[in-house]
Amino acid sequence: MAGELVLLDFWPSPFGMRSRIALAEKGIPYEYREEDLRNKSDLLLQMNPVHKKIPVLIHNGKPVCESVIQVQYIDEVWHDKAPLIPSDPYQRAVARFWVDFIDKKIYELGSKIWKTKGEEQANAKKEFIECLKLLEGELGDKTYFGGESLGYVDVALVPFYSWFYAYEKCGDFSIEAECPKMIAWVKRCMQKESVAKSLPDQEKVYEFILQLKKVFGIE
Amino acid sequence: MGDDEEVKVFGMWASPYSRRVELALKLKGIPYEYIEEDLSNKSALLIKHNPVHQKIPVLVHNGKSIPESLVILEYIDETWRNNPILLSQDPYDRAMARFWAKFIDEKILSTTRKVSFTTGKEQEHAIEEVTEQLKLLENEVKGKAYFGGEGIGYVDIVANFLVFWFGNLQEALGINIFSQHKFPFIFEWIQKQLKIDMVDESRIPKDKHLTYIRTRLAAFKSASK
Repeated sequence: MAGELVLLDFWPSPFGMRSRIALAEKGIPYEYREEDLRNKSDLLLQMNPVHKKIPVLIHNGKPVCESVIQVQYIDEVWHDKAPLIPSDPYQRAVARFWVDFIDKKIYELGSKIWKTKGEEQANAKKEFIECLKLLEGELGDKTYFGGESLGYVDVALVPFYSWFYAYEKCGDFSIEAECPKMIAWVKRCMQKESVAKSLPDQEKVYEFILQLKKVFGIE
Repeated sequence: MGDDEEVKVFGMWASPYSRRVELALKLKGIPYEYIEEDLSNKSALLIKHNPVHQKIPVLVHNGKSIPESLVILEYIDETWRNNPILLSQDPYDRAMARFWAKFIDEKILSTTRKVSFTTGKEQEHAIEEVTEQLKLLENEVKGKAYFGGEGIGYVDIVANFLVFWFGNLQEALGINIFSQHKFPFIFEWIQKQLKIDMVDESRIPKDKHLTYIRTRLAAFKSASK
């Protein structure tokens, strides 16, 4: 069933991290290939001609693009190990809703925090914290969003933790001070090998952001 | 499915997102109560059922609220397992269907909004962009009766906006992005869609729609002055 599995990825991508975590949770071996986004490989362009983006999961030569689609695909193919998505239709809908929310909000707001200054940055910070608080509400008293084990929402959200330090430095604020429950949840996730091994070091990500700021001419 | 099954849809008649939910329910023969929302004056019930986004459509099934049209479509397919089955059981086919649905929403419909609400060079650029995106979709339906293959499915329902809504919009805008000449395969697909009773019945009243779009565009223009 495993066949040949390749993940085209870029080390700081929170989207790539999602697929890394899902594969690690299920103990599925795969080949990780680092892409240079300034010089995309022919394979990447061939496998994702529509968006030309990472991550791309290539299973027996067939590409699956878009991280949320990959995580669902991984969960459906390797359904007998560490299920990530609930089996009840309503619980599935709730999980999908929150993953959609994360996709619509977290990355874009986080980007605004490191890319902008002044009022635009202040608004982005405020909305970012509000979104994390909504997610804290959804988590409630559960160990993970998925309950007793990692679920779809956990896998979709936890990669952004690797960018938190960069957001905090650029935005001059503390996420833990505003959202302690979120950080407590992050720490529980980081205890899992599948998560810890899939996320890059936060300082490394911050250095990467500083490089990007130089390249884009952002103060 | 019993008499105590309660299905409600909070929607808006001109919204392609709302229409696709109703189409899925109609195709599966699921009776539902439709609640028309005035988007300039959203009801307390809508806000209660979708506190995070406060948007339509929302499906409420036996008191449980499900917002976001793509999430709703998968919920409908998983809850009511009668024909038509909207998503294949094969994980790869499902991944492809989800990919194209996401592409339609995040690219085509999003760029269409830019086409509607910009002018000049910005609009020209958006028109070029959406034309390229439609070409990708055209390529996907080439040689197929339906996006899903054998019968109407998930992507056909998500692409339903092309059957009536998009044509009306471009008429109201006075542009011609979308024609049989430029997109013969999509137009062929539209003809097949129209042969399905439920799709044909979900036709948006054209004059009402044109008036609605023109009013919105005028309101936007005067607001941005």
